[in-house]
Amino acid sequence: MLRLNNHEQKSYTLSENPYKPELARIISVDPMVEDNYLFRFRFEDAQLNQRFQYRPGQFMELSVIGVGESPISISSTPSRPGVIEMCIRRAGRVTNALYRLKPNDLIGLRGPFGNGFPMKKMNGNSLLIVAGGLGMVPLRSALLYALDNRQDYQRIILMYGTRYPDYLLFRSELEALALRSDVECRLIVEKSALSKDTPEWHGRTGLVTDLFDDLQDLDVQKSYALVVGPPIFYRFVLSKCLDLGFSKDRILMSLERRMECGIGKCGHCEIGNKKVCTDGPVFTYWDVMNLPEMI
Amino acid sequence: MKVSKLPKANVNKFLESLQDFGEVIIPKEKQEQPGVYMFDTMTDPSEVAWEYLRTIIPPKKYLTKPKEVIFKFDSQRGFEEVIEDAEQKRVLFGLHPCDIHGIKILDVVFTHQYTDPYYTRRRNNTVIIGLSCIPDEKCFCKSMHTDYTEDGFDLALSDIGDGYLVAIGTSLGDDLVAERADLFTEVEETDRRKYLDFRKKRNQSFKLDLDIDDLPYILDLEQHSPIWDELGKRCLTCGSCSMVCPTCYCFNVYDELNLDARSGRRIKQWDACLFKDYALVAGGHNFREDRAERVKNRYYHKQFRMVEQYGKPSCVGCGRCINACPAGIDVVEVLTKVREGSYAETE
Repeated sequence: MLRLNNHEQKSYTLSENPYKPELARIISVDPMVEDNYLFRFRFEDAQLNQRFQYRPGQFMELSVIGVGESPISISSTPSRPGVIEMCIRRAGRVTNALYRLKPNDLIGLRGPFGNGFPMKKMNGNSLLIVAGGLGMVPLRSALLYALDNRQDYQRIILMYGTRYPDYLLFRSELEALALRSDVECRLIVEKSALSKDTPEWHGRTGLVTDLFDDLQDLDVQKSYALVVGPPIFYRFVLSKCLDLGFSKDRILMSLERRMECGIGKCGHCEIGNKKVCTDGPVFTYWDVMNLPEMI
Repeated sequence: MKVSKLPKANVNKFLESLQDFGEVIIPKEKQEQPGVYMFDTMTDPSEVAWEYLRTIIPPKKYLTKPKEVIFKFDSQRGFEEVIEDAEQKRVLFGLHPCDIHGIKILDVVFTHQYTDPYYTRRRNNTVIIGLSCIPDEKCFCKSMHTDYTEDGFDLALSDIGDGYLVAIGTSLGDDLVAERADLFTEVEETDRRKYLDFRKKRNQSFKLDLDIDDLPYILDLEQHSPIWDELGKRCLTCGSCSMVCPTCYCFNVYDELNLDARSGRRIKQWDACLFKDYALVAGGHNFREDRAERVKNRYYHKQFRMVEQYGKPSCVGCGRCINACPAGIDVVEVLTKVREGSYAETE
């Protein structure tokens, strides 16, 4: 069975005690979509901030001090060090408390954890990045990383679908990519407007699966598909990938679970024969199709 | 491995000498509940319940504590590591092979890839002294291949009637013996024969058998067996089986805030996969809302996921969960019936 986590070196951890959060400061908080906010952090310790390394697709454990910890995907790319960006949805106790904090407030961060996307292993291949809704959160890291290391990859294709134009995360950034000729950025929305007040949408309408019709020339034997989205999205997108001819171990997905410790000890994220925090969160479709509790 | 002999007349003196190393933990009979045993601090060697078979809670409670503070925090200064009992040296005395195997499994879990400093600090300060046993009708360690161990202990005592054969497993164990070398004697030919007789008697005492050949594969085939739903109806999801299991390691981490609302403690506490909110994530989605799913997960964790993750199952056949289950669920019965595919029909 293919084990992604064995392909790249073990990630760097902050402290000898892997449970110990390091202080980090909120640089900025920007509203994104609905209850999602983009937080920018940097470690208080300037040296640590400089040497902090991670891989796209990894996650951190974020502490709101006195409230608790929550696993959060990293949305920034390690190719642009100094600032850690996380797109965080107000969903639970910790993230609600985080939302009450302001720029310059202190939080705790530990990590990075998980395997992340095998960016080195994918060198020389084309990347088909397929995102649905909030799935863009971990995929943005992989996308920016690939763009910053453009020479290492063949085609880079982003296909991102949401219900409304306003729901597109990182919308202006992604629309700017449309001007670049070395990346194929295709955005699609189900309904062109949330209400009459919102500006007109000139892009495509439909489902992200519609975009697969334009991929007939993709050399799937030299490509990887990076697929992250809600459960219904997986059901249709995975079969589209298989129809295109992708082998199951070239389809990569990122799973969400309750990763409480992040280091394979506490048990909460274990499913089937895997620990999501240390074996994942990135799994191949082949791995995941053997997990009965997959999504 | 070196073997020496400790005559029974000298055993109490040896136990007293262990107190020079640190706190000595022994199996004791509960005064208020005859026939019920627990690991507890020794105040006098006469307290050792030599014939005990299983304690309610396994010795894991001294290594991964039921509840412990792991950090002190302050909203401005951050997190300061706290390791409870960090300097406390301990001797865990009288562990049967199943419990030693339990600790060997915890050793792997808490040091694989990332090292858990709380567990390992206490583990490194702990001496393990094993003790032989005669199984009862709930023991199935022989089936789990945990009825005997060649490592995982500093010393291991085997009862040969007038004394104990003492297997010396580590250099530290050798030093503990050397401290009171006057209490030990040479192993003689008759002792060797008495040991072989003991082994034979012990091997013949097992009444419970579980076939674990291909068990992970059988479980994979039985993912959708009606057995899991049947079990879900019986199980009270009280978590007793996890609390008394020598290899269950799951825990929760939460913060306790002081009245100043800026400082407090981060706590690590035993958890169980049977509890309803175990797989609950932010936003309210519960990946294992269904009771049957949670019960099933416990069986798959022990016999399926652990084999995939660490190469062997994490059940040591101690029989504690059979004893503890208020609904009378018996792990051997369940897994036997899964193999036979006949659980639902016989219920």
